[in-house]
Amino acid sequence: MTGQDFWALSPEISLAAVALLVITVDLMTRNIGRVVAVAFIGLSLPLLFTLNLWYGWFGDPATGAALFDTFEADRFSLFFKFLMITVTAGTLLASNHYVTSDKVKAYGGEFVSLLLLSVTGMMLLVSATELITIYVSLELTALPVVALAAIHRTRRSVEAGTKFFLLSAISSAVLLYGFVYIFGFTGSTHLDVIMQRLAELPSEAGVPFGSYAVLAAVVMIVAGFGFKMAVVPWQMWVPDVYQGAPTPVAAFLSVASKGAAFAVVLRIMYTAFGDSALMQDWSGLFAILAAVSMTAGNLLALSQTSITRLLGYSTIAQAGYILVGVASVPANQVGASFAGSGPQGAMYYLAGYAFTNLAVFFAITAITSRTGDDSIEGLNGLLKRSPLLAGLLIFGILSLLGMPPTVGFMAKVVVFGAALNANLAWLAVLGVVNTVVAAYYYLRVVRAIVFEDPADDSKISADVPAITATGLAAIGAGVFGIAPFLLLEFAESALSIV
Amino acid sequence: MFDGILTITIFLPAIVALLTTLLVRGDKSDQYIRWISIGATVVTFILTAMVFFGYDRDASGIQMVDYFERWIPIDALRSSYVVGVDGLSAPLVLLTGILGMAAAFASWRIQHRVREYFLWLLLLQSAVLGVFTSLDLLLFFIFFEFELIPMYMLIAIWGSGRPRYSAMKFVLFTLAGGAFMLVAILALFVTPEVNTLAMVSIPELGIVGIPEIIANADLVIPAALIFTFFFIAFAVKLPTFPVHSWLPDAHTDAPTAVSVMLAGVLLKMAGYGLLRINVGFFQETQGFTIHDVAGAMAVVAAISVVYGGIITIRQTDMKRLIAYSSVSHMGFVMLGVAAIGSSPADTSAGGLNGAALQMFTHGTITGLAFLMVGLSYDRTHTRHIPHLGGLWKKMPLIAIFFLIAGFGSLGLPALSGFVAEIMVFLGTFSVWPWATGVAAFGVVLAAGYTLWMVQRVFFGERPANPGLADDVYDGLTDASWVDMIPVIALAAPIFIVGIWPSVVTDVFDLGIQAVLR
Repeated sequence: MTGQDFWALSPEISLAAVALLVITVDLMTRNIGRVVAVAFIGLSLPLLFTLNLWYGWFGDPATGAALFDTFEADRFSLFFKFLMITVTAGTLLASNHYVTSDKVKAYGGEFVSLLLLSVTGMMLLVSATELITIYVSLELTALPVVALAAIHRTRRSVEAGTKFFLLSAISSAVLLYGFVYIFGFTGSTHLDVIMQRLAELPSEAGVPFGSYAVLAAVVMIVAGFGFKMAVVPWQMWVPDVYQGAPTPVAAFLSVASKGAAFAVVLRIMYTAFGDSALMQDWSGLFAILAAVSMTAGNLLALSQTSITRLLGYSTIAQAGYILVGVASVPANQVGASFAGSGPQGAMYYLAGYAFTNLAVFFAITAITSRTGDDSIEGLNGLLKRSPLLAGLLIFGILSLLGMPPTVGFMAKVVVFGAALNANLAWLAVLGVVNTVVAAYYYLRVVRAIVFEDPADDSKISADVPAITATGLAAIGAGVFGIAPFLLLEFAESALSIV
Repeated sequence: MFDGILTITIFLPAIVALLTTLLVRGDKSDQYIRWISIGATVVTFILTAMVFFGYDRDASGIQMVDYFERWIPIDALRSSYVVGVDGLSAPLVLLTGILGMAAAFASWRIQHRVREYFLWLLLLQSAVLGVFTSLDLLLFFIFFEFELIPMYMLIAIWGSGRPRYSAMKFVLFTLAGGAFMLVAILALFVTPEVNTLAMVSIPELGIVGIPEIIANADLVIPAALIFTFFFIAFAVKLPTFPVHSWLPDAHTDAPTAVSVMLAGVLLKMAGYGLLRINVGFFQETQGFTIHDVAGAMAVVAAISVVYGGIITIRQTDMKRLIAYSSVSHMGFVMLGVAAIGSSPADTSAGGLNGAALQMFTHGTITGLAFLMVGLSYDRTHTRHIPHLGGLWKKMPLIAIFFLIAGFGSLGLPALSGFVAEIMVFLGTFSVWPWATGVAAFGVVLAAGYTLWMVQRVFFGERPANPGLADDVYDGLTDASWVDMIPVIALAAPIFIVGIWPSVVTDVFDLGIQAVLR
């Protein structure tokens, strides 16, 4: 490794170091609050290194590949690294009460360090530009989550962990199989080389991607990542794991894990399959996935009675909306380029969705950990029992629903607008129809919170860190909705370098 | 270009509301919240007055523009944050300021969940101000839809009767209308030649609006369909026959201040939309123009006026009665818009001016009427007309101002309702004599239902049985000075505009001339 490599990898290295430090501190002190504080403050290190790479405070290290061209700390990856660090900081704050509770107190240190290790994997994943590196990073992302999901050691929690592990292993196998096809076909695992080779190879007329082998490979790769993105038809694990796993872990999964998967899919598609002839082919594939995901996710959510399962299905539908942005390749795209409203919209949606979903999940965590009831009726009359949490929760749900002026509305406008621009009018119309369907079950939750009478009138008061995390996430969802340019320009400059 | 005053005016109520909701704590917080919220609406009123009187009538055009081009910095989505006022919107902004203040004062006696109540009331005012000042279709749509949330909460939580049913009915009707509008906006947006979401042209900023481009554009779906979609959205909101049925329910069950806002400004969003979008966009479109359907609009308007009037007469609930009279009166707005079919430009401009003025006057008159019903109901605890009578002796002030609202509503000369209606009739009669003739009958009906109700409620003898119990009747008190603040605020414009209409019509005319191109 050269000095350049260390620079490029500095956020990941520092984060892994913090994870190890957390384990050490955990051994020395049994005070979990202190461990969380160390992790939280420790996060400023990777944040500083990421900022340095973005602005180039010390020289201009952000350009150029590292680690034998397998890793690139470009602005596209840095955008997602900022997002991951923010999400992790929020998750730590919100789970402060949870990790110090009796349920997991014995494994509090492990909880925090596993979380940080998983994030390290995600940050590597969004920077990886080579198939093997992508695969290894993906495993580093998934394995800690298995342990996190099962950390309660109750029957349901272990079931969630096992389910996640088995399906994750299968999806990795499928993904690897797809990678092997690509390697066999092009003789390289580097994304940019793959693109050149694919362009040089003879293609059969009328066959998507020029040959059935590449088509099979792409389908398998999308299937492998489809599991991580939690889109239909690879969504079966979502409701079970969300319900069984600790809610902070579900929040983390629904945002960070999904974000990393979308980032790597965008990179693979726009780099390895970025030839304009191929773009139209995979655009169609993603359009179908988006349509199915939105529709199935929303329809399945309609009949849910558990709030965490309902949110599980809602994240599937939200993944569908993000896929609309991924599928929206501008019709007149010339040559390989990330830029365009489709990926920009997908990134904006992802970031906005991250804030929104975190607000909702954090509020739910704070409430269910105190009431012990995760049915929708459990939220009855919440407005009287805890006005602040209820207000934040309603705001988050309205943003998921896409009510103006929240970020959820603006993000939908942007991705549907991108779809219209990409001649996918049918997809945009379907998206709007889906939003109306989703209103039914989202508003059902709001109605329970505002209008129903509570089963008992006792007040619910959450701990300050959790309220802070929820409030900050909600403020993000509001500010980025009223001022979308803040995130969109960020995403634009992230895309301009690639 | 960023003038700032409009942005401040729009968001001031919302920001104050959010901050007070979060920050004001303690035992006496309800009282503080009342004062702060009312203070915010007073400041907003002053700001809207500054906007209205600061509008330079010699320069005309779009003024006080706040323009932020890179609000959504995506080339594919050509939307920007642009707010401004012209002659059409400036009086409506002032109206929103007056009514917002009146509604806040009228909410003085709210005891139940005060914190949330004022939050929603102020958010509602922000949303309406945003609708009147947005000059970008996406922004317009955001504000137009956002108003639903506060309105739903205000009716559902603080309403009476069947509040949740009425609130849901209101939301579903408006949401359905909004969906049509969204499709229309999308259809304009995907048309390659249109290439913008600007609702007007602002030459100083190099913004070329849809009205100028749409004539040469090859729209993706027929112009008639886009027109219809916009029209449906606004017809529901106006409301016009046959999609008016949400209005009586919503009005009857809403708390007083919310009825004032609903009748006073929310319905005007529809009239404004008709003038700005349906008239503004569709005068030169290919294959179809608004002139083709002006006759049909006149017929619909005449039906609304007469049907609304007839239904109104047989109402026995005071609030429901005024609600139905709104259907009748807002029919005049549609009738005035139908004058666009007239051949000499100045005649049709007269009709459109009448429509605009009718919105302004109806806002103050009906707002006042709802306020007086609310004051009366607070004391008698019934709105059932056969149970009431002889209230004049007990509460003369309330009766007098009720009478003023009634006279304004039936079009007594020297009050503002007369000016608006006569302008509508003069503008429309030469084009659609039959429809106008039928609609004129609505004025007779208005005289009937208004005077009859006033006579039954305030004059004559108290009905023996059933009616008000002796102790209730004896304990009736007149309006207090706090009650009178919003009453005066709404009654003053009725007289001012009735005696000196040009203070408003001069400004409206500048806007109408620009819309008519």
